[in-house]
Amino acid sequence: MLSSKASCNSHGQDSSYFLGWQLYENNPFHEVENPTGIIQMGLAENQLSFDLVESWLRKNPEVMELKKGGESVFRELALFQDYHGLPTFKNELVEYMAKMRGNKVKFDPNNLVLAAGATSANETLIFCLADPGEAILLPTPYYPGFDRDLKWRTGVEIVPVHCWSSNGFRITMFALEEAYERAQKLNLKVKGVLITNPSNPLGTTMTKEELDHLITFAMAKNIHVISDEVFSGTVFDSPGFISILEAAMDRNLENTDVWSRIHIVYSLSKDLGLPGFRVGMIYSNNKTVVGASTKMSSFGLVSSQTQYLLTNVLASKRFTSKYMKENQKRLKKRKEMLVSGLKKSGIECLKSNAGLFCWVDMRHLLSSNTLEAETKLWNQMVCDVGLNISPGSSFHCSEPGWFRVCFANMSRGTLQVAMRRIKDFVERSNFMGRIKMNYQQNMSSLSRKLLSNWVRKLSSPDPNEHER
Amino acid sequence: MGLLSRIVTCNSHGQDSSYFLGWQEYEKNPYHEVNNPQGIIQMGLAENQLSFDLPESWLAKNSDAAGFKRDGQSIFKELALFQDYHGLPAFKKALVDFMAEIRGNKVTFDPNHIVLTAGATSANETLMFCLAEQGDAFLLPTPYYPGFDRDLKWRTGVEIVPIQCTSSNRFQITAPALEEAYQQAQRKNLRVKGVLVTNPSNPLGTTMRRDELDLLINFITDKEIHLISDEIYSGTVFSSPGFVSIMEVLKDRSLEQTPVWERVHIVYSLSKDLGLPGFRVGAIYSNDPIVVAAATKMSSFGLVSSQTQYLLSAMLSDKKFTKEYMAKNQKRLQKQQSKLVSGLEKAGIGCLESNAGLFCWVDMRHLLSSNTFEAEMELWKRIVYDVKLNISPGSSCHCSEPGWFRVCFANISEDTLKLAMQRLKSFVDSVAINNQSHQELKNSRKKFRTKWVFRLSFQSFHDREQDER
Repeated sequence: MLSSKASCNSHGQDSSYFLGWQLYENNPFHEVENPTGIIQMGLAENQLSFDLVESWLRKNPEVMELKKGGESVFRELALFQDYHGLPTFKNELVEYMAKMRGNKVKFDPNNLVLAAGATSANETLIFCLADPGEAILLPTPYYPGFDRDLKWRTGVEIVPVHCWSSNGFRITMFALEEAYERAQKLNLKVKGVLITNPSNPLGTTMTKEELDHLITFAMAKNIHVISDEVFSGTVFDSPGFISILEAAMDRNLENTDVWSRIHIVYSLSKDLGLPGFRVGMIYSNNKTVVGASTKMSSFGLVSSQTQYLLTNVLASKRFTSKYMKENQKRLKKRKEMLVSGLKKSGIECLKSNAGLFCWVDMRHLLSSNTLEAETKLWNQMVCDVGLNISPGSSFHCSEPGWFRVCFANMSRGTLQVAMRRIKDFVERSNFMGRIKMNYQQNMSSLSRKLLSNWVRKLSSPDPNEHER
Repeated sequence: MGLLSRIVTCNSHGQDSSYFLGWQEYEKNPYHEVNNPQGIIQMGLAENQLSFDLPESWLAKNSDAAGFKRDGQSIFKELALFQDYHGLPAFKKALVDFMAEIRGNKVTFDPNHIVLTAGATSANETLMFCLAEQGDAFLLPTPYYPGFDRDLKWRTGVEIVPIQCTSSNRFQITAPALEEAYQQAQRKNLRVKGVLVTNPSNPLGTTMRRDELDLLINFITDKEIHLISDEIYSGTVFSSPGFVSIMEVLKDRSLEQTPVWERVHIVYSLSKDLGLPGFRVGAIYSNDPIVVAAATKMSSFGLVSSQTQYLLSAMLSDKKFTKEYMAKNQKRLQKQQSKLVSGLEKAGIGCLESNAGLFCWVDMRHLLSSNTFEAEMELWKRIVYDVKLNISPGSSCHCSEPGWFRVCFANISEDTLKLAMQRLKSFVDSVAINNQSHQELKNSRKKFRTKWVFRLSFQSFHDREQDER
């Protein structure tokens, strides 16, 4: 009766990623009301700099009231549904994006297409670049949402490019070639590579070398590169952020074929912390892609009310400079707090300079170097330690034992509690480690129940999905 | 390029070039009372611009709703973070109450069955993804909104098979027409997954009668297919007979516990009655929990801005406002429609009798040089270039009979409408006089046609958004 898309589960929302979410929702931590609840560390949201935006809003009430110079612009905005987007908004956005890239790249507002969030932008790009049954290469580990955003309604396949901890999960030419060959063996035509830079979940910016590999690879195979730069405004440490366009420009590729095969996705959800406003965009030097994705944006336009608000926020250059600087400072500080807290528990993270999370190495806490052991450890983290962190397997990581832990969505106090809990857990584990065999045998019945619950849940309606 | 997808290179987004030609011409030479009184008057835009003052004044009195405040406290952070695809509960509640109000409270809706989407454009496409596979078909009565060719078919790969309706019975859907469309689909080897109707109709401006709705229910029951009822104009019904929703008919026939109940889905939006197309607020309502669940996840690709959800939840929760708005809006629509109808009458032009919508379905068959679509195009060109009115030709709505045009009335002032009617009258009078030099006319049309073909081949890449319906 219904389509296969509606009845099957290829929306990818049955992973452990979402189960942890559900458990959190049933027992959420609250400093006062529920101090023993589960702390949400699986949510890549930036909650550190709201006060800055709020204070701007307080000083500019006219913008929220849909007024300009005392006059109401309500009617004009209420009618504005042009899929080319509010011109002033696009002008501000390209300036903001350029600023973020140290003004080493300039963007043309006519090449910018607005979409209802990066979720919409990514899906739209795939619709433009690939046919059902074709494939996109993605380096692992990658954001779980891509399994839905890129594949579900488009019918396009994802072929992972395996990255390893041995070299800090960097993309190598070898890995790219290997993935391409694997796709060929599966009879899948590869249309492009999609990277997230800065990376989710790694929290690292791509090196010039990696970007060069990607461009060379895209040129050799005559395919596209989609650079999801959604976290570009969250770079808080060196090395700085290098955009794929900058790397291409450094190689003087502006007038070559590959230039029109490089596309960027951006959004205001991560740096400005405004996921609710649904502001995403596609940037492409390919006029056909811009034309087609503009029409497709009809299926997910940005509310004119929101476009108007943010045009004004971004137009205030003093505000954006202040915001970018202060936000980066806060992100850096909070990340350092997480890293040092984990270190005290003998847990290391991948060295990172961006993002709202750390890629944490818990391999030494696994009972064995297996996916099952990772799942077991994850269950313990959620149910016993009370921290909803995201297991590497949900990011398709090829090595068990890595976890993504978010730090920007909670207060300092909450992060401190989380660090204490981990320390206690590790100390307990070390103690128990001496009688490891017994510990495994006595695995809490709760965890056992959890596992079977989880298996059961795989066949029932999924919980609400959130962001990255 | 050769490297892009088929759907991009085949240009199958269905954005009919002649339709946009009129739009382009308008953009080049838009009418303005003071600055450009000779310009083209836009009558191809189904927007409701008659009642802005009402929400505007509400906004002025309720700045908290737009200012991210609740009871004086800032909830900015809460809203900025809110991206739950289940939607703001308060907004869904206010929306279903508003929808019930529009239906005279003869139907109630469960907020757990409503899915918010970025406009009805998104809602319709999402429903296609949920109900049909690539290569399946949906039956649509003609004439229908040109945008459906893109919204329902483009990325979904679903086909549209028309249910031919004719002026002989005022374009109402008949059982033979439904059956014939179904057979046609079979002959083309297309599996029919459902019927999609727009009620009130765009472009007809009429509400469906109970017997039509009964017919549809019988048909989808018999064929075991879905029915999508796009009710985005339900809030624009300004005279009798009133609006009867498909849900009401299902209830009246006590079909709630039968399989067909879960195969009927409604699409709604605030773009037409509230006149807020820029805010992108659409919704799917379905009695099938699986459709609701799938559509909810799909809405991730087009969520409504939380800023907008909050503003409108406050506005729609204000029952005093909604009551006043609906009463005043309907009155203004009716007044403007009568002005259009009588203006056309004075020019010897009739319209289909209508009681809803933001447009009239106008009969210009008697002005055609021949009963052909070619003649309709000729007439349309003259009206755009000579009379300087951008109206929509019936062929762009897939009408089976040439000579019908959709003319919008709610997006212009009373004075502009008056002027438009004057121009039309002059045109019609001149046609009568010039009937003597018929041959001369034929020659100039030939030149005209050549100009048009010339223009088509240079169609700019920046074709226009099919903004309205």
